[in-house]
Amino acid sequence: MSGRLIIEDLTVSYHRIPAVHHLDVQLASGSCIGLLGPNGAGKTTLLKALAGLLPIETGQVSFNGHPIAAARLITYVPQREVVDWDFPITVRGLAEMGRYSVLGLWKPFGARDEAIVGEALQVADLTAFANRQLKALSGGQQQRAFLARAWAQEAEIYLLDEPFGGLDKNASQAFAAAIHRLRDSGKLLIVSHHNLVDARELFDHVLILNGELVAFGPTDETLISENIDRAYSTRIFTGRKR
Amino acid sequence: MSWLAGPFEYEFMRRALLACVLIGFTNGFLGAYVVLRRLALVADALSHSMLPGLALAAMLIGLNPGGLLLGGLFAAIFVALGGHVIASSSRVKDETAVAALYIFAFAMGIALIKYARVKISLEHFLFGNVLGIADTDLLTSYCISVVTLLSLVALQRPLLLALFEASVARTQGIRVGLLLGLLVILIVLAMVSSLQAVGVLLSLGLLVLPAATIYLLCDSYAAMSWGGGVIGAVSAIAGLQISFWANIPSGPAIILVLGTLFLGAYLFGPKYGITSRWLRKRHMHEESLKRWQ
Repeated sequence: MSGRLIIEDLTVSYHRIPAVHHLDVQLASGSCIGLLGPNGAGKTTLLKALAGLLPIETGQVSFNGHPIAAARLITYVPQREVVDWDFPITVRGLAEMGRYSVLGLWKPFGARDEAIVGEALQVADLTAFANRQLKALSGGQQQRAFLARAWAQEAEIYLLDEPFGGLDKNASQAFAAAIHRLRDSGKLLIVSHHNLVDARELFDHVLILNGELVAFGPTDETLISENIDRAYSTRIFTGRKR
Repeated sequence: MSWLAGPFEYEFMRRALLACVLIGFTNGFLGAYVVLRRLALVADALSHSMLPGLALAAMLIGLNPGGLLLGGLFAAIFVALGGHVIASSSRVKDETAVAALYIFAFAMGIALIKYARVKISLEHFLFGNVLGIADTDLLTSYCISVVTLLSLVALQRPLLLALFEASVARTQGIRVGLLLGLLVILIVLAMVSSLQAVGVLLSLGLLVLPAATIYLLCDSYAAMSWGGGVIGAVSAIAGLQISFWANIPSGPAIILVLGTLFLGAYLFGPKYGITSRWLRKRHMHEESLKRWQ
Protein backbone atom coordinates (compact mmCIF):
# COMPACT_ATOMS: atom_id res chain seq x y z
CA MET A 1 0.00 0.00 0.00
CA SER A 2 1.58 3.26 -1.06
CA GLY A 3 0.54 6.43 0.62
CA ARG A 4 1.35 9.86 1.88
CA LEU A 5 1.27 11.06 5.44
CA ILE A 6 0.46 14.75 5.31
CA ILE A 7 1.13 16.84 8.39
CA GLU A 8 -0.34 20.34 8.10
CA ASP A 9 0.29 23.20 10.51
CA LEU A 10 0.68 20.79 13.44
CA THR A 11 1.12 22.36 16.91
CA VAL A 12 1.27 20.23 20.05
CA SER A 13 1.45 21.84 23.48
CA TYR A 14 2.03 20.84 27.08
CA HIS A 15 -0.01 23.12 29.34
CA ARG A 16 -0.46 25.60 26.51
CA ILE A 17 3.28 25.86 25.85
CA PRO A 18 3.98 24.50 22.37
CA ALA A 19 6.56 21.72 22.11
CA VAL A 20 6.07 21.23 18.37
CA HIS A 21 5.27 24.40 16.51
CA HIS A 22 3.34 24.75 13.20
CA LEU A 23 4.90 21.75 11.50
CA ASP A 24 4.22 21.27 7.77
CA VAL A 25 5.64 18.18 6.12
CA GLN A 26 4.68 15.36 3.75
CA LEU A 27 6.11 11.86 4.17
CA ALA A 28 5.83 9.05 1.64
CA SER A 29 5.37 5.32 2.29
CA GLY A 30 8.37 3.12 1.65
CA SER A 31 10.77 5.40 3.47
CA CYS A 32 12.63 5.21 6.74
CA ILE A 33 12.74 8.67 8.25
CA GLY A 34 15.11 9.70 11.01
CA LEU A 35 13.64 12.20 13.45
CA LEU A 36 16.64 14.17 14.69
CA GLY A 37 17.15 17.09 17.03
CA PRO A 38 18.51 18.01 20.44
CA ASN A 39 16.92 16.84 23.71
CA GLY A 40 13.66 18.68 24.22
CA ALA A 41 13.27 19.39 20.51
CA GLY A 42 9.86 17.72 20.48
CA LYS A 43 10.76 14.35 18.91
CA THR A 44 8.80 12.21 21.40
CA THR A 45 6.02 14.81 21.46
CA LEU A 46 5.64 14.61 17.68
CA LEU A 47 5.55 10.80 17.73
CA LYS A 48 2.99 10.74 20.53
CA ALA A 49 0.82 13.31 18.78
CA LEU A 50 0.89 11.27 15.55
CA ALA A 51 -0.02 8.19 17.58
CA GLY A 52 -2.99 10.01 19.08
CA LEU A 53 -1.58 9.97 22.62
CA LEU A 54 -1.38 13.78 22.87
CA PRO A 55 -4.07 16.22 21.80
CA ILE A 56 -3.33 18.31 18.73
CA GLU A 57 -3.66 22.05 19.28
CA THR A 58 -3.71 23.23 15.68
CA GLY A 59 -3.50 21.61 12.29
CA GLN A 60 -4.28 18.13 11.05
CA VAL A 61 -2.67 14.86 10.09
CA SER A 62 -3.97 12.66 7.32
CA PHE A 63 -2.89 9.50 5.53
CA ASN A 64 -4.07 9.13 1.93
CA GLY A 65 -6.67 11.78 2.53
CA HIS A 66 -8.15 10.20 5.66
CA PRO A 67 -7.56 11.50 9.19
CA ILE A 68 -5.22 9.05 10.94
CA ALA A 69 -7.56 8.51 13.84
CA ALA A 70 -8.22 5.19 12.07
CA ALA A 71 -6.02 3.66 14.70
CA ARG A 72 -5.12 0.38 13.06
CA LEU A 73 -2.96 1.98 10.39
CA ILE A 74 -0.56 3.43 12.89
CA THR A 75 1.62 1.71 15.45
CA TYR A 76 3.66 3.21 18.23
CA VAL A 77 6.67 1.51 19.84
CA PRO A 78 7.39 3.19 23.17
CA GLN A 79 10.80 3.77 24.74
CA ARG A 80 12.16 0.62 26.38
CA GLU A 81 11.90 1.93 29.93
CA VAL A 82 8.11 2.04 30.00
CA VAL A 83 7.55 -1.64 29.10
CA ASP A 84 6.98 -4.32 31.78
CA TRP A 85 9.34 -7.02 30.48
CA ASP A 86 8.23 -9.47 33.20
CA PHE A 87 4.75 -9.65 31.69
CA PRO A 88 3.90 -13.34 31.23
CA ILE A 89 3.88 -13.39 27.45
CA THR A 90 6.01 -14.98 24.75
CA VAL A 91 7.25 -13.38 21.53
CA ARG A 92 4.52 -15.18 19.61
CA GLY A 93 1.95 -13.99 22.17
CA LEU A 94 3.09 -10.40 21.66
CA ALA A 95 2.79 -10.72 17.89
CA GLU A 96 -0.68 -12.25 18.35
CA MET A 97 -1.66 -9.19 20.40
CA GLY A 98 -1.19 -7.23 17.18
CA ARG A 99 -4.13 -9.15 15.68
CA TYR A 100 -6.51 -8.14 18.53
CA SER A 101 -7.31 -4.78 16.97
CA VAL A 102 -8.14 -6.54 13.70
CA LEU A 103 -10.19 -9.31 15.31
CA GLY A 104 -12.06 -7.27 17.90
CA LEU A 105 -13.43 -8.85 21.07
CA TRP A 106 -14.67 -12.22 19.84
CA LYS A 107 -13.46 -13.27 16.42
CA PRO A 108 -11.28 -16.36 16.84
CA PHE A 109 -7.84 -16.78 15.33
CA GLY A 110 -8.03 -18.17 11.81
CA ALA A 111 -5.49 -19.55 9.36
CA ARG A 112 -4.88 -16.10 7.92
CA ASP A 113 -4.11 -14.69 11.35
CA GLU A 114 -1.69 -17.53 12.03
CA ALA A 115 0.01 -16.88 8.69
CA ILE A 116 0.40 -13.16 9.39
CA VAL A 117 1.83 -13.84 12.84
CA GLY A 118 4.33 -16.27 11.30
CA GLU A 119 5.23 -13.67 8.69
CA ALA A 120 5.67 -11.04 11.40
CA LEU A 121 8.10 -13.24 13.30
CA GLN A 122 10.01 -13.79 10.07
CA VAL A 123 10.23 -10.08 9.23
CA ALA A 124 11.56 -9.39 12.72
CA ASP A 125 13.93 -12.38 12.43
CA LEU A 126 12.54 -13.91 15.62
CA THR A 127 11.09 -17.21 14.40
CA ALA A 128 13.64 -19.14 16.44
CA PHE A 129 12.67 -17.22 19.58
CA ALA A 130 8.89 -17.44 19.18
CA ASN A 131 8.35 -19.29 22.45
CA ARG A 132 10.68 -17.22 24.61
CA GLN A 133 9.37 -14.98 27.34
CA LEU A 134 10.19 -11.31 26.60
CA LYS A 135 12.69 -10.94 29.40
CA ALA A 136 14.70 -13.88 28.07
CA LEU A 137 15.50 -11.83 24.94
CA SER A 138 18.33 -9.38 24.40
CA GLY A 139 17.57 -5.66 24.09
CA GLY A 140 17.66 -5.72 20.29
CA GLN A 141 15.44 -8.78 20.10
CA GLN A 142 12.96 -7.11 22.44
CA GLN A 143 12.75 -4.13 20.11
CA ARG A 144 12.26 -6.42 17.13
CA ALA A 145 9.49 -8.24 19.00
CA PHE A 146 7.56 -4.97 18.98
CA LEU A 147 8.13 -4.69 15.23
CA ALA A 148 6.65 -8.17 14.85
CA ARG A 149 3.59 -7.07 16.77
CA ALA A 150 3.23 -3.97 14.58
CA TRP A 151 3.50 -6.09 11.42
CA ALA A 152 0.80 -8.44 12.70
CA GLN A 153 -1.40 -5.40 13.22
CA GLU A 154 -0.95 -4.70 9.48
CA ALA A 155 0.09 -1.17 10.33
CA GLU A 156 1.25 1.16 7.56
CA ILE A 157 2.96 3.79 9.71
CA TYR A 158 5.50 2.80 12.35
CA LEU A 159 6.40 5.33 15.04
CA LEU A 160 9.54 4.23 16.90
CA ASP A 161 10.78 6.21 19.90
CA GLU A 162 14.57 5.91 20.31
CA PRO A 163 14.66 2.22 19.37
CA PHE A 164 18.46 2.22 19.10
CA GLY A 165 18.93 3.45 22.67
CA GLY A 166 21.15 1.05 24.60
CA LEU A 167 21.73 -1.34 21.67
CA ASP A 168 25.28 -2.46 20.88
CA LYS A 169 26.68 -2.57 17.36
CA ASN A 170 25.46 -6.03 16.40
CA ALA A 171 22.02 -5.50 17.87
CA SER A 172 21.77 -2.14 16.10
CA GLN A 173 22.68 -3.73 12.78
CA ALA A 174 20.10 -6.48 13.21
CA PHE A 175 17.45 -3.92 14.15
CA ALA A 176 18.38 -1.69 11.22
CA ALA A 177 18.09 -4.67 8.90
CA ALA A 178 14.60 -5.35 10.25
CA ILE A 179 13.37 -1.78 9.79
CA HIS A 180 14.87 -1.68 6.29
CA ARG A 181 12.94 -4.86 5.44
CA LEU A 182 9.80 -3.06 6.58
CA ARG A 183 10.65 -0.02 4.47
CA ASP A 184 11.30 -2.17 1.42
CA SER A 185 7.87 -3.72 1.77
CA GLY A 186 6.31 -0.27 1.53
CA LYS A 187 5.88 0.80 5.14
CA LEU A 188 6.50 4.30 6.45
CA LEU A 189 8.83 4.39 9.45
CA ILE A 190 9.43 7.47 11.59
CA VAL A 191 12.27 6.82 14.00
CA SER A 192 13.45 9.25 16.65
CA HIS A 193 17.21 9.07 17.03
CA HIS A 194 19.90 11.06 18.78
CA ASN A 195 23.12 9.82 17.21
CA LEU A 196 24.01 11.87 14.13
CA VAL A 197 27.00 9.68 13.25
CA ASP A 198 25.08 6.61 12.07
CA ALA A 199 22.01 8.49 10.83
CA ARG A 200 23.35 8.42 7.28
CA GLU A 201 23.40 4.59 7.19
CA LEU A 202 20.05 4.15 8.88
CA PHE A 203 17.72 6.63 7.23
CA ASP A 204 16.93 7.56 3.65
CA HIS A 205 15.29 10.79 4.83
CA VAL A 206 15.79 12.91 7.92
CA LEU A 207 13.47 15.34 9.64
CA ILE A 208 15.38 17.76 11.84
CA LEU A 209 13.39 19.43 14.60
CA ASN A 210 14.02 21.96 17.31
CA GLY A 211 10.53 22.87 18.38
CA GLU A 212 9.84 23.83 14.78
CA LEU A 213 10.92 22.23 11.53
CA VAL A 214 14.58 22.92 10.73
CA ALA A 215 14.88 20.79 7.62
CA PHE A 216 13.39 17.78 5.89
CA GLY A 217 14.63 15.86 2.89
CA PRO A 218 16.84 13.06 1.62
CA THR A 219 19.58 12.34 4.17
CA ASP A 220 22.51 13.25 1.91
CA GLU A 221 21.12 16.67 1.10
CA THR A 222 19.63 17.46 4.49
CA LEU A 223 22.05 16.20 7.09
CA ILE A 224 24.56 18.97 6.45
CA SER A 225 26.44 21.09 8.94
CA GLU A 226 24.36 24.17 8.28
CA ASN A 227 21.13 22.41 9.33
CA ILE A 228 22.79 20.64 12.23
CA ASP A 229 24.12 23.95 13.53
CA ARG A 230 20.72 25.52 13.22
CA ALA A 231 19.13 22.68 15.18
CA TYR A 232 21.70 22.26 17.90
CA SER A 233 23.44 25.59 18.49
CA THR A 234 20.46 27.85 18.92
CA ARG A 235 18.23 27.62 21.91
CA ILE A 236 15.18 25.47 21.44
CA PHE A 237 12.19 27.37 20.17
CA THR A 238 9.38 27.01 22.68
CA GLY A 239 7.08 29.77 21.53
CA ARG A 240 7.51 31.43 24.91
CA LYS A 241 9.46 34.63 25.55
CA ARG A 242 12.24 34.35 28.08
CA MET B 1 -11.41 -41.72 50.98
CA SER B 2 -14.84 -41.58 52.60
CA TRP B 3 -13.49 -39.17 55.18
CA LEU B 4 -13.15 -36.59 52.40
CA ALA B 5 -16.90 -36.66 51.88
CA GLY B 6 -17.59 -36.94 55.61
CA PRO B 7 -17.93 -33.26 56.42
CA PHE B 8 -20.39 -32.74 53.60
CA GLU B 9 -23.10 -34.80 55.24
CA TYR B 10 -23.97 -31.55 56.98
CA GLU B 11 -26.13 -29.07 55.12
CA PHE B 12 -24.03 -26.07 56.25
CA MET B 13 -20.87 -27.76 54.99
CA ARG B 14 -22.38 -28.41 51.55
CA ARG B 15 -23.36 -24.76 51.35
CA ALA B 16 -19.87 -23.73 52.44
CA LEU B 17 -18.38 -26.00 49.77
CA LEU B 18 -20.42 -24.36 47.03
CA ALA B 19 -19.46 -20.91 48.32
CA CYS B 20 -15.79 -21.89 48.36
CA VAL B 21 -15.83 -23.05 44.74
CA LEU B 22 -17.63 -19.88 43.57
CA ILE B 23 -15.58 -17.40 45.57
CA GLY B 24 -12.26 -19.20 45.14
CA PHE B 25 -12.56 -19.48 41.37
CA THR B 26 -13.81 -15.94 40.78
CA ASN B 27 -11.20 -14.30 43.00
CA GLY B 28 -8.42 -16.46 41.57
CA PHE B 29 -9.43 -15.64 37.99
CA LEU B 30 -9.67 -11.91 38.66
CA GLY B 31 -6.41 -12.03 40.62
CA ALA B 32 -4.41 -12.45 37.39
CA TYR B 33 -5.37 -8.93 36.36
CA VAL B 34 -4.66 -7.58 39.86
CA VAL B 35 -1.16 -9.06 39.84
CA LEU B 36 -0.39 -7.96 36.26
CA ARG B 37 -1.53 -4.40 36.92
CA ARG B 38 0.29 -4.39 40.32
CA LEU B 39 -2.93 -3.52 42.07
CA ALA B 40 -2.38 -5.77 45.12
CA LEU B 41 -1.89 -2.90 47.55
CA VAL B 42 -4.76 -0.91 46.07
CA ALA B 43 -6.95 -4.00 46.47
CA ASP B 44 -5.82 -4.28 50.10
CA ALA B 45 -6.75 -0.65 50.66
CA LEU B 46 -10.15 -1.21 49.05
CA SER B 47 -10.85 -4.22 51.25
CA HIS B 48 -10.27 -2.13 54.37
CA SER B 49 -12.26 0.80 53.13
CA MET B 50 -15.40 -1.35 52.85
CA LEU B 51 -15.73 -1.39 56.64
CA PRO B 52 -17.46 2.00 57.20
CA GLY B 53 -19.93 1.17 54.42
CA LEU B 54 -20.69 -2.18 56.03
CA ALA B 55 -21.11 -0.54 59.42
CA LEU B 56 -23.38 2.17 58.03
CA ALA B 57 -25.50 -0.40 56.22
CA ALA B 58 -25.75 -2.47 59.40
CA MET B 59 -26.76 0.66 61.34
CA LEU B 60 -29.43 1.76 58.92
CA ILE B 61 -30.98 -1.47 57.67
CA GLY B 62 -29.50 -4.24 59.81
CA LEU B 63 -27.64 -7.28 58.57
CA ASN B 64 -29.27 -7.49 55.17
CA PRO B 65 -26.86 -8.91 52.56
CA GLY B 66 -28.06 -6.58 49.81
CA GLY B 67 -27.53 -3.58 52.05
CA LEU B 68 -24.11 -4.78 53.14
CA LEU B 69 -23.16 -5.31 49.50
CA LEU B 70 -24.14 -1.79 48.54
CA GLY B 71 -22.59 -0.24 51.64
CA GLY B 72 -19.24 -1.95 51.10
CA LEU B 73 -19.30 -1.26 47.38
CA PHE B 74 -19.99 2.46 47.77
CA ALA B 75 -17.44 2.94 50.54
CA ALA B 76 -14.69 1.25 48.51
CA ILE B 77 -15.53 3.12 45.30
CA PHE B 78 -15.66 6.36 47.29
CA VAL B 79 -12.13 5.73 48.56
CA ALA B 80 -10.84 4.68 45.13
CA LEU B 81 -12.30 7.75 43.41
CA GLY B 82 -11.29 10.05 46.27
CA GLY B 83 -7.73 8.77 46.08
CA HIS B 84 -7.69 9.39 42.34
CA VAL B 85 -9.03 12.94 42.78
CA ILE B 86 -6.51 13.82 45.51
CA ALA B 87 -3.62 12.33 43.51
CA SER B 88 -4.49 14.20 40.34
CA SER B 89 -5.13 17.55 42.02
CA SER B 90 -2.18 17.70 44.43
CA ARG B 91 1.45 16.62 44.63
CA VAL B 92 0.55 13.52 46.69
CA LYS B 93 0.97 10.36 44.60
CA ASP B 94 -1.70 7.69 44.00
CA GLU B 95 -0.70 5.10 46.57
CA THR B 96 -0.24 7.68 49.34
CA ALA B 97 -3.61 9.27 48.63
CA VAL B 98 -5.39 5.89 48.66
CA ALA B 99 -3.53 4.84 51.83
CA ALA B 100 -4.48 8.06 53.59
CA LEU B 101 -8.14 7.64 52.72
CA TYR B 102 -8.48 3.93 53.36
CA ILE B 103 -6.96 3.99 56.82
CA PHE B 104 -9.20 6.94 57.68
CA ALA B 105 -12.20 4.97 56.41
CA PHE B 106 -11.13 1.85 58.31
CA ALA B 107 -10.91 3.77 61.60
CA MET B 108 -14.29 5.32 60.92
CA GLY B 109 -15.71 1.86 60.28
CA ILE B 110 -14.46 0.52 63.61
CA ALA B 111 -15.96 3.52 65.39
CA LEU B 112 -19.30 3.22 63.56
CA ILE B 113 -19.77 -0.48 64.34
CA LYS B 114 -20.29 0.48 67.99
CA TYR B 115 -23.49 2.25 66.98
CA ALA B 116 -24.97 -0.52 64.84
CA ARG B 117 -28.59 -1.30 65.74
CA VAL B 118 -28.04 -5.06 65.70
CA LYS B 119 -25.23 -6.44 67.77
CA ILE B 120 -22.50 -7.47 65.33
CA SER B 121 -19.00 -8.46 66.22
CA LEU B 122 -16.13 -6.69 64.57
CA GLU B 123 -14.45 -10.07 64.36
CA HIS B 124 -17.13 -11.34 62.00
CA PHE B 125 -16.46 -8.56 59.49
CA LEU B 126 -12.71 -8.84 59.84
CA PHE B 127 -12.37 -12.62 59.54
CA GLY B 128 -15.67 -13.94 58.17
CA ASN B 129 -17.08 -17.43 58.59
CA VAL B 130 -17.88 -19.51 55.55
CA LEU B 131 -19.75 -22.04 57.70
CA GLY B 132 -22.37 -19.45 58.57
CA ILE B 133 -23.11 -18.56 54.96
CA ALA B 134 -26.80 -17.99 54.17
CA ASP B 135 -28.76 -18.63 50.98
CA THR B 136 -28.85 -14.92 50.18
CA ASP B 137 -25.06 -14.72 50.54
CA LEU B 138 -24.72 -17.65 48.15
CA LEU B 139 -27.00 -15.98 45.64
CA THR B 140 -24.98 -12.75 45.92
CA SER B 141 -21.74 -14.65 45.35
CA TYR B 142 -23.25 -16.46 42.40
CA CYS B 143 -24.39 -13.23 40.72
CA ILE B 144 -21.04 -11.53 41.35
CA SER B 145 -19.20 -14.55 39.93
CA VAL B 146 -21.27 -14.54 36.76
CA VAL B 147 -20.85 -10.78 36.21
CA THR B 148 -17.10 -10.85 36.95
CA LEU B 149 -16.23 -13.88 34.83
CA LEU B 150 -18.37 -12.78 31.88
CA SER B 151 -16.87 -9.28 31.89
CA LEU B 152 -13.32 -10.56 32.13
CA VAL B 153 -13.73 -13.15 29.38
CA ALA B 154 -15.51 -10.69 27.09
CA LEU B 155 -12.97 -7.93 27.60
CA GLN B 156 -9.88 -10.14 27.77
CA ARG B 157 -8.20 -8.76 24.65
CA PRO B 158 -8.50 -5.03 25.35
CA LEU B 159 -7.71 -5.63 29.03
CA LEU B 160 -4.47 -7.42 28.17
CA LEU B 161 -3.45 -4.70 25.74
CA ALA B 162 -4.14 -2.07 28.39
CA LEU B 163 -2.31 -3.93 31.15
CA PHE B 164 0.74 -4.74 29.07
CA GLU B 165 1.38 -1.30 27.64
CA ALA B 166 -1.20 1.41 28.21
CA SER B 167 0.16 3.88 25.64
CA VAL B 168 0.21 1.34 22.82
CA ALA B 169 -3.33 0.30 23.76
CA ARG B 170 -4.45 3.93 23.58
CA THR B 171 -3.06 4.27 20.06
CA GLN B 172 -5.37 1.40 19.10
CA GLY B 173 -8.38 3.30 20.36
CA ILE B 174 -8.79 1.42 23.65
CA ARG B 175 -10.33 3.38 26.53
CA VAL B 176 -7.68 2.43 29.09
CA GLY B 177 -9.05 4.60 31.93
CA LEU B 178 -12.51 3.11 31.53
CA LEU B 179 -11.17 -0.47 31.57
CA LEU B 180 -9.10 0.14 34.70
CA GLY B 181 -12.10 1.72 36.41
CA LEU B 182 -14.13 -1.37 35.57
CA LEU B 183 -11.33 -3.55 36.95
CA VAL B 184 -11.47 -1.67 40.28
CA ILE B 185 -15.24 -2.15 40.44
CA LEU B 186 -14.84 -5.89 39.76
CA ILE B 187 -12.23 -6.09 42.52
CA VAL B 188 -14.59 -4.48 45.00
CA LEU B 189 -17.41 -6.82 43.93
CA ALA B 190 -15.20 -9.88 44.35
CA MET B 191 -14.17 -8.69 47.79
CA VAL B 192 -17.74 -8.14 48.84
CA SER B 193 -18.50 -11.70 47.77
CA SER B 194 -15.59 -13.13 49.75
CA LEU B 195 -16.46 -11.07 52.82
CA GLN B 196 -18.73 -13.66 54.40
CA ALA B 197 -16.21 -16.42 53.77
CA VAL B 198 -12.90 -14.90 54.85
CA GLY B 199 -13.64 -11.35 56.05
CA VAL B 200 -12.20 -7.94 55.25
CA LEU B 201 -8.65 -8.68 56.34
CA LEU B 202 -8.14 -11.99 54.55
CA SER B 203 -10.07 -11.29 51.33
CA LEU B 204 -6.88 -9.99 49.71
CA GLY B 205 -5.36 -13.48 49.98
CA LEU B 206 -8.06 -15.09 47.85
CA LEU B 207 -7.53 -12.40 45.24
CA VAL B 208 -3.75 -12.22 45.00
CA LEU B 209 -2.23 -15.54 46.11
CA PRO B 210 -3.51 -17.86 43.33
CA ALA B 211 -2.35 -15.61 40.46
CA ALA B 212 0.93 -14.81 42.22
CA THR B 213 1.58 -18.56 42.53
CA ILE B 214 1.01 -19.20 38.82
CA TYR B 215 3.04 -16.10 37.91
CA LEU B 216 6.02 -17.89 39.49
CA LEU B 217 5.36 -21.04 37.46
CA CYS B 218 4.71 -20.06 33.85
CA ASP B 219 4.76 -17.41 31.13
CA SER B 220 1.16 -17.41 29.99
CA TYR B 221 -1.42 -14.85 31.02
CA ALA B 222 -4.22 -17.23 30.08
CA ALA B 223 -2.80 -19.78 32.51
CA MET B 224 -2.65 -17.07 35.16
CA SER B 225 -6.37 -16.41 35.07
CA TRP B 226 -7.76 -19.91 34.41
CA GLY B 227 -5.09 -21.59 36.56
CA GLY B 228 -5.56 -18.97 39.24
CA GLY B 229 -9.27 -19.76 39.27
CA VAL B 230 -8.65 -23.50 39.62
CA ILE B 231 -6.05 -23.03 42.36
CA GLY B 232 -8.39 -20.64 44.17
CA ALA B 233 -11.30 -23.06 44.09
CA VAL B 234 -9.27 -26.18 45.00
CA SER B 235 -7.45 -24.38 47.83
CA ALA B 236 -10.70 -23.07 49.24
CA ILE B 237 -12.08 -26.64 49.34
CA ALA B 238 -8.86 -27.94 50.89
CA GLY B 239 -8.95 -25.14 53.46
CA LEU B 240 -12.52 -26.02 54.30
CA GLN B 241 -11.55 -29.67 54.92
CA ILE B 242 -8.62 -28.62 57.10
CA SER B 243 -10.79 -26.24 59.07
CA PHE B 244 -13.27 -29.08 59.70
CA TRP B 245 -10.74 -31.68 60.80
CA ALA B 246 -8.26 -29.41 62.63
CA ASN B 247 -11.03 -27.30 64.13
CA ILE B 248 -9.58 -23.94 63.09
CA PRO B 249 -11.53 -21.03 61.54
CA SER B 250 -12.21 -21.54 57.83
CA GLY B 251 -10.86 -18.17 56.59
CA PRO B 252 -7.33 -18.57 57.93
CA ALA B 253 -7.31 -22.26 56.90
CA ILE B 254 -8.03 -21.32 53.25
CA ILE B 255 -5.43 -18.55 53.20
CA LEU B 256 -2.85 -20.86 54.84
CA VAL B 257 -3.30 -23.38 52.01
CA LEU B 258 -2.90 -20.64 49.38
CA GLY B 259 0.09 -19.14 51.19
CA THR B 260 1.77 -22.54 51.35
CA LEU B 261 1.31 -23.03 47.60
CA PHE B 262 2.76 -19.57 46.92
CA LEU B 263 5.83 -20.23 49.06
CA GLY B 264 6.19 -23.64 47.43
CA ALA B 265 6.20 -22.04 43.98
CA TYR B 266 8.70 -19.44 45.14
CA LEU B 267 11.03 -22.06 46.55
CA PHE B 268 10.64 -24.95 44.13
CA GLY B 269 9.14 -23.58 40.90
CA PRO B 270 10.99 -25.21 37.99
CA LYS B 271 11.66 -21.97 36.07
CA TYR B 272 11.44 -18.99 38.41
CA GLY B 273 11.80 -20.76 41.80
CA ILE B 274 14.92 -19.84 43.76
CA THR B 275 16.10 -23.42 44.29
CA SER B 276 16.21 -24.25 40.61
CA ARG B 277 17.80 -20.90 39.82
CA TRP B 278 20.47 -21.57 42.39
CA LEU B 279 21.16 -25.01 40.95
CA ARG B 280 21.30 -23.61 37.43
CA LYS B 281 23.86 -20.97 38.39
CA ARG B 282 26.27 -23.57 39.74
CA HIS B 283 25.90 -25.56 36.59
CA MET B 284 26.73 -22.54 34.44
CA HIS B 285 29.72 -21.84 36.61
CA GLU B 286 31.18 -25.30 36.06
CA GLU B 287 30.54 -24.99 32.37
CA SER B 288 32.43 -21.75 32.11
CA LEU B 289 35.26 -23.17 34.25
CA LYS B 290 35.62 -26.03 31.77
CA ARG B 291 35.84 -23.57 28.94
CA TRP B 292 38.73 -21.81 30.62
CA GLN B 293 40.65 -24.97 31.41
